[in-house]
Amino acid sequence: QVRLVVPVAVVFSPGSVPGDLPRPLPFRDVQEMEIPVNVRSSVTSCYEMRYRSTTAQEEAALAAATAREADAALHPLQDSTLGSLTMYVLPETSSLLPQGTNVYVGKHRSALLRAGGSVATLQARLREVAQLMSFTASAVAAALSDRVPDGRLSPDTRRSLKSSLGYEITFSLLNPDPKSHTVDWDIEGAVNRYVKPVLDKLSLVANFSVDSQILYYAVLGVTPRYDKESSSFLLSAHSLPHVINPVEARLGSSAASLYPVLNFLLYVPERSHSPLYIQDKDGAPVSTNAFHSPRWGGIMVYNVEAPASPQASLPLHVDVDMARVMEVFLAQLRLLFGLSREEVPPEFLLESPGNEGLADWELDHLLWAHTVENIATVSTTLTSLAQLLDKIGNIVIKDDVASEVYRAVASVQSAVTKLSLGHLHAAFQASKEAVTSSERAFFDPSLLHLLYFPDDQKFAIYIPLFLPMAVPILLSLAKIVRESRLRRKEPTKMD
Amino acid sequence: GAMAAAELLVLLLVAAGPGPGRADSGRERRDTLREELLLSPLPTGDVAATFQFRTRWDADLQRGAVSHYRLFPKALGRLVAALGVRELHLALTHGFWRTRYWGQPPLQAPAGAELWVWFQPTVTDVDKAWKELSNILSGIFCASLNFIDSTNTVIPTASFKPLGLANGTDHHLLRYAVLPREVVCTENLTPWKKLLPCGSKAGLAVLLKAERLFHSSYHSQAVHIRPVCRDASCLAVSWELRQTLTVVFDFFASGQGKKDWSLFKMFSRTLTDTCPLASQSKVYVDISPKNKEKELLEVSPPPTSVHEAVVQGDRKTYAVYDLLSPSLFNTSRSLNVQLKWKRPQDSSEMPIPTLHAQRYVGGYGLQTGEICTLIYNTHPYRAFPVILLETVPWYLRLYVHTLTIITKGKENKPSYIHYQPAQDRRRPHLLEMLIQLPANSVTKITIQFERALLKWTEYPPDPNHGFYVGSSVLSALVPSVTAMKDVDVEQSPLFTSLFPSSDGSSYFVRLYTEPLLVNLPTPDFSMPYNVICLTCTVVAVCYGSFYNLLTRTFHVEEPSRGGLAKRLANVIRKFRGVPPL
Repeated sequence: QVRLVVPVAVVFSPGSVPGDLPRPLPFRDVQEMEIPVNVRSSVTSCYEMRYRSTTAQEEAALAAATAREADAALHPLQDSTLGSLTMYVLPETSSLLPQGTNVYVGKHRSALLRAGGSVATLQARLREVAQLMSFTASAVAAALSDRVPDGRLSPDTRRSLKSSLGYEITFSLLNPDPKSHTVDWDIEGAVNRYVKPVLDKLSLVANFSVDSQILYYAVLGVTPRYDKESSSFLLSAHSLPHVINPVEARLGSSAASLYPVLNFLLYVPERSHSPLYIQDKDGAPVSTNAFHSPRWGGIMVYNVEAPASPQASLPLHVDVDMARVMEVFLAQLRLLFGLSREEVPPEFLLESPGNEGLADWELDHLLWAHTVENIATVSTTLTSLAQLLDKIGNIVIKDDVASEVYRAVASVQSAVTKLSLGHLHAAFQASKEAVTSSERAFFDPSLLHLLYFPDDQKFAIYIPLFLPMAVPILLSLAKIVRESRLRRKEPTKMD
Repeated sequence: GAMAAAELLVLLLVAAGPGPGRADSGRERRDTLREELLLSPLPTGDVAATFQFRTRWDADLQRGAVSHYRLFPKALGRLVAALGVRELHLALTHGFWRTRYWGQPPLQAPAGAELWVWFQPTVTDVDKAWKELSNILSGIFCASLNFIDSTNTVIPTASFKPLGLANGTDHHLLRYAVLPREVVCTENLTPWKKLLPCGSKAGLAVLLKAERLFHSSYHSQAVHIRPVCRDASCLAVSWELRQTLTVVFDFFASGQGKKDWSLFKMFSRTLTDTCPLASQSKVYVDISPKNKEKELLEVSPPPTSVHEAVVQGDRKTYAVYDLLSPSLFNTSRSLNVQLKWKRPQDSSEMPIPTLHAQRYVGGYGLQTGEICTLIYNTHPYRAFPVILLETVPWYLRLYVHTLTIITKGKENKPSYIHYQPAQDRRRPHLLEMLIQLPANSVTKITIQFERALLKWTEYPPDPNHGFYVGSSVLSALVPSVTAMKDVDVEQSPLFTSLFPSSDGSSYFVRLYTEPLLVNLPTPDFSMPYNVICLTCTVVAVCYGSFYNLLTRTFHVEEPSRGGLAKRLANVIRKFRGVPPL
C-alpha cells in the first residue's frame, strides 16, 4: 500500500548517451520494485527517472579537474529538495573519475557515473546508486522490523535506533580510580567542535540534547583477564554484554524527559587493570578499543600511559585526547543511526562528508527510514488501541482522544500520499505528527484498561444469588431427566 | 621523538604533582566538594551523627543548552534547569527528634517526607511544575512523593523563606508538602548515596551502612539545593547541593548502660581513606564541657585541632579530625574516633532548650476533637516571636472560632494570622500565626475540629490505623545566651551554615512537632458484600420455594404400607401380641 517515490534526474553529458537508448532525450521512465515485508504487506519502491541532457552551466561545471570540484560546482544547479537525486552520466573515457571507480557519490544529492557500454549496464548502475542514496530493501525492512518475522533480519538491522521525536546524548567519563588518575576532558570544546555540526544537520530528523558527566568509582561489571605475554589486561568479546549493567545503574538516565538516551562512555581503567584492551571474537585486539551496544550507545576504553618512572606521584594527571575519542563516538553514532558506509561495492567512491559528518543523501536515507518506521508505528499503535476497544465494550472515549485518533489517521494518510508523490520532507513531518497524535491517544490516562471492572468479577459478586437459584433449577432438571428415562423404560415394560 | 615527549610529560607531571592543593593542579576547578561529620553526644546518652556533603558549582544551572557535570549530579542538575527550580529542600525522615531531651538539632525534619520548593519567577504554571517535580523526585529517590497533590500542598506565606540567594519572595512561587505516612528505608538511602561524587566507596560516606543507619532512634536524610553567592562581592551565582544525613543511636540501651561509643560501634566501620575529590573532609566531635571546671569526656585518638564556636546560642568546643592532613593516617591505618566518659554523668543537669514544643490530639469520641499545641519558651528574661504553621487535611474540619491561645492564664493575641480554609478533596487547611512568647512561659494553642466522613474508596489500606496529620512547623529567631561573632560562612563548619544568621544576638531555629494520628470513623468495608450476600440469599430462597411451588406436580398418594413409625409400632405390637395397625 505504501509507495515510496524517489525522483531521480539522470543527466547525460555530451558523448555519454548510449547508442541503444529507447527514446530520444528528454523522456521519463518509472522503475518499480516490490519490497516484501511480511506475508500480507509489502512496500513498493518506485524510481521516477527523468532523462535529459546537460545544460550549458552543468557542462561547464563538469569540466572541472576533479570529481570533488565538479560536485561543488554542480551543487547550486541542482534541485535541492529532500529526497530527490541527480545523477550525471559521464562518458566512459572521462578522466573526472579516478581509474577503477565507476561511481562517485558527492556530499550532496548527486552522483557522477560512467555510462557503461549499453543501456542495460547503465540502468543497473543507476538503480544501484539510487538505492544507495535513498534506501535499500534491507533499510526499509529494518524500519519495519516490528512486522518482519524473526530470523529474517540480520543483527545489523536491529542495531539502529527506533525513530523518535528526540534523542538525548550523554557522554560519560568513568573514572573508577580517582586516587590514581585525575582525568580531565574538554568535553565542552569537543561537543562544539565535533558533535554539534552533526547534530545541526540531524536536527531535521529529531531534537537532540547533549550533556556530559563524570562518574567516579564506576567500575565495569567484569574483571578483565591478565595476559602475561603482552603484560596487559584483556576483555573478551563474549564478556562485553556483562560490562554495561553495573555502570548503567549509575548513569542516571533521563528523569526529566521521555526521549531515548544514547550513552557514550569513556572508561579510564583503574591503575591495577591498565592497560586494558578489548578483544574481538577471534582474540585479536580491537584497534579502536571500543565497542557499541545496539540501541544503547558505545563504550570506549581509554588507557592511560603508565608513568616512565614508578615514583611519579599519584594521582596522575590525564588530559583526554578528545579528537581520538570523538572520532570513535561519532562513528558509533553513525552506526546507531544505521548510516554505515561498509556495504559499498568497490567501484564506488564516496565523498567524505567533511566536518558535518553526514552527507545530504545520508540525511535523506535517515528520513526515508524514519518516515516508513513512523507510519508503521502509527498503524501498530492505532491497531492495538482498536483491539483494546474491542476487548472492553464499555470503555469511554473522550472527545479529545477521538480527535487525536482522527488527526493521527489524517496525518498518516497525508504522509502516505506525500511519499507517493516524492515529497519526502512533507511526508516526514506528517508522519511525525501522526506519531505524536497516536501516542497521545494511546497513552491517555482515561484508556487504562484496569479502570474498567472486568465482567467475570461482576459474575463473581452475584454468585450468592446465582448459586442458590441454580439449585432448584438443577434439581428439577435432574428430575425431568430421571422421569424421561423412566418413561422411556416403561413402554418396553408395557410390551 | 616519542621518548622525549614522554619524558617531558613526566617532568611536567612531577612539577605539577605534589602541590599543596591536592589533585587539582593546572586547571582551575569550578566545583568543589566538602564533607563533614559531626558527632555530638546528646544529654540523654544517645549519640547524634550528622553527615553533610556540600557540592558547590560555580556555574549557572539555568542557562545553556549543553550541560557538563563533574561533581554535581546530573539528575538533579537537569531537574533544576528543566523545571525552573530556584531552591529545593527534600527531607525523608524516620522517627522523631525529641527536642526537649536531645536539644536543638542542627537540622530537624518532620517524620515522613517533606518537600518545599521555590520556583523561578519565569515559571508560568507553578502547579504543573510542582506536580512534575514531585513525580521526578519520587523516581529519583524511590519515595512515594508522587502522592503529593493539591490535597496536601500548601503555600505558606511567612514560614518558609528562601535559604539561598533570592531577590524576591513572592510566596506564590513556593510550594510546601509533607507526607507523614511515608516510611523511609534502604531503598531511599541508596539513590541518595548515589548522588555523592565518591558514592559510598571512599571518604565519610563509607560509614553509611544501611543496616546500622536504620537500626537507630532517628534517621533523617535530606537534599538541599540553593543558589549562593560565588564570593564575597556576590556578583555571580553558584549552585550548592547539600546532602545531609542525621542519625541518633541509642547507646544507653544497647551498650549495657555505658555511654562510651566509637565510630566502629556506631557504624561497624572505621574511616580508612578520604574521598580524593573532596577539598575538605573533617570529623567534628562535640566535647563541650557541660559545666566549666571539669572535663568529663575524653576522645581518642588525639584530635588534629580544636574548634570553638557559638552554635545555636551555646558556646561549643569541637575536637576536629582533618582527614586530609597527612599526619592522621600516618600513625594508624584507620581512624576510629572513640569517646569515653571519665565518670558517670548525672542526668539531673540536663539542659533544656530555649524553645521546644509539643502537640497532641484531645477530645473523645469519633465526631469532634481538639488539636493542642504547647510551646515552651524557657529563656529566663527574653521574649521572642515564633511563626507557627499548621497544615491539617481537609477531612478534619477546623472550627476557627474555637482557636484559643493562652499564655500564663491570659489570652495571647497573635500579631499575624493567615488562614486558608480547606476545600473538600481539593486543598488542606493552612493556618499560620505569629505568636509572641513571653519569657519563661508555656503557650497553649487549641483548636477544635470535626471529623468528616470519607467516601468508601477514599480510605487508605488499613484505615483503622488512623490518619496522619503532618507536623506543625515553628520558625523563630531565638535570642542567644552568648553573643556570636560574625564568621566567614565559607570557612565555618557546614553544620552551622545552612540557615543564615541575621545578627549576633539571635539565631534561627526551625522546629517540627510530633505528627498526629487521628482516628476517623471507618465503615465496615465488607458491608456491601455482606448486604449483597444476604439479600441474594433471601431472594434465592424465595425464588427456590416459589419455583418449587410452581413446578411441583401434586398427586394424591395412597398410603401403601405406612411409614417407618407405623412399621416400628407393628413390630412392637407383634411382641406384645396385639393385632397390628
